[in-house]
Amino acid sequence: MATISRDNRGLRLAVRYLVLVLVALVFAFPLVFMIVSSLKPTAQLLSDTSSLRAFLPVGDISLSNYTAAFQRAPIGRFVLNSVFVTVVTVTASLFLCSLAAFSFTYLKWRGNGLLLSIALATLIVPFETIAIPLLLFVSRLPWLGLDGIEYGWLNTYRVQIIPWIADALTIFLFVQYFKDLPRELIEAARAEGASWWQIYRRVVMPLSGPVLATAAILKSLKMYNEQYLWPLIVVQDEAHRPIMVGLGYFFQLNVAWGEVMAYLSVITLPVLAFYLVLQRAFIASIASTGVKG
Amino acid sequence: MRKTSLFAAALLASAVLPHTAHAQTELSMWYHGAGNEVESKLINKIVSDFNESQSDWKVVIESFPQSSYNDSVVAAALAGNLPDIIDVDGPVMPNWAWSGYMQPLPIEESVIENFLPGAIGRWDGKVYSVGLWDAAVALYARESTLEELGLRRPTLEEPWTGEEFMAALKAAKDSGNYKFALDLGMNDQGEWYPYAFAPFLWSHGGGIVDRDTYQTAEGVLNGEAAIEFGEWWQSLFEEGYAPGTSEAPADQERGFIEGDFAFQWNGNWRAVATLEEVDDVVFLPAPDFGEGNYIGGGSWQFGISASSDNPEGAAAFIEFALQDKYLAAFSDAIGLIPSTPGAAAMTKNYAEGGPLEAFFALSEQQARLRPVTPGYVVQSKVFTKALADIANGADVGDTLDAAVDEIDADIKRNQGYGHEG
Repeated sequence: MATISRDNRGLRLAVRYLVLVLVALVFAFPLVFMIVSSLKPTAQLLSDTSSLRAFLPVGDISLSNYTAAFQRAPIGRFVLNSVFVTVVTVTASLFLCSLAAFSFTYLKWRGNGLLLSIALATLIVPFETIAIPLLLFVSRLPWLGLDGIEYGWLNTYRVQIIPWIADALTIFLFVQYFKDLPRELIEAARAEGASWWQIYRRVVMPLSGPVLATAAILKSLKMYNEQYLWPLIVVQDEAHRPIMVGLGYFFQLNVAWGEVMAYLSVITLPVLAFYLVLQRAFIASIASTGVKG
Repeated sequence: MRKTSLFAAALLASAVLPHTAHAQTELSMWYHGAGNEVESKLINKIVSDFNESQSDWKVVIESFPQSSYNDSVVAAALAGNLPDIIDVDGPVMPNWAWSGYMQPLPIEESVIENFLPGAIGRWDGKVYSVGLWDAAVALYARESTLEELGLRRPTLEEPWTGEEFMAALKAAKDSGNYKFALDLGMNDQGEWYPYAFAPFLWSHGGGIVDRDTYQTAEGVLNGEAAIEFGEWWQSLFEEGYAPGTSEAPADQERGFIEGDFAFQWNGNWRAVATLEEVDDVVFLPAPDFGEGNYIGGGSWQFGISASSDNPEGAAAFIEFALQDKYLAAFSDAIGLIPSTPGAAAMTKNYAEGGPLEAFFALSEQQARLRPVTPGYVVQSKVFTKALADIANGADVGDTLDAAVDEIDADIKRNQGYGHEG
């Protein structure tokens, strides 16, 4: 009886692993396809799509697509631009949105609830509906630079960063998290004579690791992967273009699919590295906040 | 005294010299070819040749990816940030001119008198843009396929009739040698649809919009001829002659070359690559369904933005770029049809006896511009959707009626787009 039970356990485990491996393969397939395809000439890549060869590094394998892709577009520049815009925006966003959420959660001021509701209501406004008014706005905004005041933010990094710093989702994540922190901690700190700034810096933020990780990941992915329409209309010079606009360089009349895959592989590297470094925090943050990506 | 005179002369010279060797006025220019290495090299060569050829103007080029170029221009127009020189896709030009993004091109008619009609952009009786090339579509086939199926080789003078065309497709299908008799490139649901398929509608006697008034599509896009076209179009997919909208890009790019399709309706930009792999490829003219045989005309052209303060400089550059040697260089490099016979004679592909010579004649004799109206940018999208829906089995009459309603509503919303009704 005990033997049968052990066998059953073994079988169950084997089935479970088989299912998990299959699911893992399904999720890994697009990535494998992209990387494997980036090593094949376009003609072979297209012929292979009708069979399992599409996922195997077989046939005429080389790095020539990477060489060609780097010749076709200033990929390094695009990646640097995107990484810079992402890092600055996310850092500023975490700071300002957490401050806003702190104020909404702990400070008593007139219109607090109403303003939070208005901020959250912007979640349902698609960006496309405000893109043109925002374009007209930023194209006339002043900026105090080294040469004095200049007008118009087009073709700059700031036009890709500043409009994205404050966002309702990040504020909402912080508000939800702050609400669950023990009130006693805040009250004890107040009783000790701590200022609100000290409470924010020394009590609340050190306890906010999971929500910081969640907000950072969601915001980073949005800034790095999804910035297309906005930079398309506000950035006309190549020097400031991000990766998603750069993808257009590869869609000519005759699409070089091998180079497209090479480009996608290269621009995915920073995301993969970011994920691998923060993997533990990412899983912990999802487990603690219940946010699904 | 002598010293004083010399000093005065030196002062005078220093004051005058900077004006004599004056700086070139900068002209900004936007181009749609970012990522196209060959095209970029050519356009940069023209720009540097122009900048060195005279001392008044200096063109500074900024290239954009083609897929996002139009959006960038429209956004820049709204933000008041357009450059001096822009390039514009032929059928889009009337919209940009009507919207006030472009100004007429101050160029002598004699400069463009030999140009292919599709390479000149006119709106409201004025020239707004001129192109260095045009494109053309042809029916790709193999000489061996025609022989094997016992088909007559159609010519420009005597193209296939609609019946002959369908008989050819039927013969290919019945032979069992092909996955599909015809590839139409249905996976590319962009400007390809109106560019490539509107000629079939014209050949049936219909149209996207009434070209006499440009005020309605009623009767032309849903009239008897259009319905007949729609039913014929649907039959291509229902009867299994052509792959539908779910066709994989891989099949479209490799299918004809690998012998999966007997015929392919494709542009001349694929001709050079096809010639390299298919020895006996022939480029056949469009069939005539009763009202003439057509292909689409009009490709990328240069024009001047409305906000340019230096239209004479911009025009000088455009005129400089229209030299036969540049037209020929572009054609040799990217395979498109040079705009003049003189330039065609200088190319390896379009000169007499060249492998793509047929395309020049196709462009010259069969090309018809898509509707020359600012409303075309909307009409092309409506037409594309209607054709995709019909291919997927939607009712022909209802779909075309709905398309007409949408086009007419758009024309009304825009007060007729400046046409005299």
